[in-house]
Amino acid sequence: MKPLIAELKRKARKLRHDIVCMIGPGRPGHLGGSCSVADAVAALYFHKMKHDPKNPGWEDRDRFLLSKGHGALAQYAALAECGYFSRSHLKTLKNLGSMLQGHPDMARTPGVEANTGSLGQGLSIACGMALGARVDGREYRVYCVLGDGENAEGQVWEAAMAAAYYRLDKLVGILDMNGLQATGPIRDLMDTSPLPEKWRAAGWHVIEIDGHDMQQIVEALNKADTVRDRPVLIAARTVKGKGVAFAEHNPAFHNGVMTQMQYEEACKALADSEDG
Amino acid sequence: MGMQNQRRVYGETLEELGSRDERIVVLEADLRNSTMTALFQRAFPERHFEVGIAEANMAGIAAGLALTGKIPFVNSFATFAAGRAYDQIRQAICIGNLNVNIVGSSAGLSDFGDGATHQAVEDIAIMRAIPNMTVLAPADGNEVREMVGAMAAHDGPVYMRLNRNDVPDALPAENTFRMGTPVVIRDGKDLVVFAHGIMVSRAVQAANILAKEGVSVRVVNVSTLKPLDEAALLDLAQGFQGVLVTEEHSIVGGLTALAAYVLRGQGLPLESVAISDVFGQSAHSHEELLEHYGLTAARMVETARAMLRRGA
Repeated sequence: MKPLIAELKRKARKLRHDIVCMIGPGRPGHLGGSCSVADAVAALYFHKMKHDPKNPGWEDRDRFLLSKGHGALAQYAALAECGYFSRSHLKTLKNLGSMLQGHPDMARTPGVEANTGSLGQGLSIACGMALGARVDGREYRVYCVLGDGENAEGQVWEAAMAAAYYRLDKLVGILDMNGLQATGPIRDLMDTSPLPEKWRAAGWHVIEIDGHDMQQIVEALNKADTVRDRPVLIAARTVKGKGVAFAEHNPAFHNGVMTQMQYEEACKALADSEDG
Repeated sequence: MGMQNQRRVYGETLEELGSRDERIVVLEADLRNSTMTALFQRAFPERHFEVGIAEANMAGIAAGLALTGKIPFVNSFATFAAGRAYDQIRQAICIGNLNVNIVGSSAGLSDFGDGATHQAVEDIAIMRAIPNMTVLAPADGNEVREMVGAMAAHDGPVYMRLNRNDVPDALPAENTFRMGTPVVIRDGKDLVVFAHGIMVSRAVQAANILAKEGVSVRVVNVSTLKPLDEAALLDLAQGFQGVLVTEEHSIVGGLTALAAYVLRGQGLPLESVAISDVFGQSAHSHEELLEHYGLTAARMVETARAMLRRGA
């Protein structure tokens, strides 16, 4: 395995460990959807994106938007690991007055670009950022992580069509296709498949990958740099709860509560495992 | 008295601002000929973004543009701007206190022909309810001109509603709009009228009628509905026998509700000439609707007389 890929896999495992620790036992937390995006988040923050934790407002930084805002724990873990704020804040998640809210809050958390969490809105904000970059003649990229359940929101498709019309080729969507939404499998609730085909029809360049294969993630992000005149969607097949055995494929851990035993089991597995 | 169209004044002012400040960008959802942003589009096509008939996406894109340092003006009919994109305004714009200006055109009953679907009787209530939001309702064309400049200069979200039709100039020439400050248009000593929008000029008409009956009326233009200098509003009502509030908006959540809250505990009689909690409907003129819903100088005069008879 290449050193870069091995390092990113190690980082992703650390993010998952932090996610489990942030939630802790006995309290609800968005474990499943945070773990499913952890690999892509690791690849972006620790390799792909141009950013400066000491200068979060740097104008030419690449932007990261978590449209599926409930995956915030993965982003918080990455921001802390990068040094946007002290790791000691991770333990304050959702405490009254904490900088780490249940969903991303730009006013409270250094490194968070916008307020997201009301599903379906992040891609519109990303479009606005990409248009702003174009008006200013800047070269930065905007990465926007969407959930597959979120694709039921009509605004996602309004934004998808606008991005294609405006040829926003600095905009990269990452679709976290874990197949589950809060109350069950998407295909059993209101099946929105086939999503990659729908994004192609909307005018996007679609790259389908295994969202837990770090090599494929990195290659897809690199490929996105070369696409012209079209926005890029990386359709990443993922597992909700990935890396936490009892939470994998389990909608109960969308915002579930770990018992003390489960918590200890998850911590141990992520601490011991070689590749998460 | 001169007449001006608020939409036209808005479109012209926006174009003028655009030439002075490159940060101004304009978003439109297929109504540019009505909202008059077509003027800006012609002058600055690279800073005018047509998003199609997609108001939610428009509000979200505006948030993104604001996050890159632009000063976006988002345009639609008031009911779509404030209502259809409510959640996007709340979540993507207001929680982060982003510098986005939202202009609700054809507000109140002013889109007379299109009926209840296109009229906005509750836009002020919806926008006032969101923390961080500033809410403006200009009395005439001149005030629109001043407000647009103030909106661009203000850092944070602002909602402004506009009338669709030509409206009479209501404010004295020396009027200078200051965000948050209620302004006395015509002074008096018996009754005080708080008004916004087209009802300001109607309140002045009512005051003129009442003056002939020996009733002296102070008319106050409350064109900032939020944040309002509440102490100033209280001061302006001190020593009066009663307060009359009038607005082309529902009694729920607008100036009526605001004045009742600010003046609570003062022991001042308060009446309202506004739209009761109902939707509008189609008609062949704005005036026809204003009369049907009682938004007239005559209704204000009757209400004032009744208050004074009761010993207000």
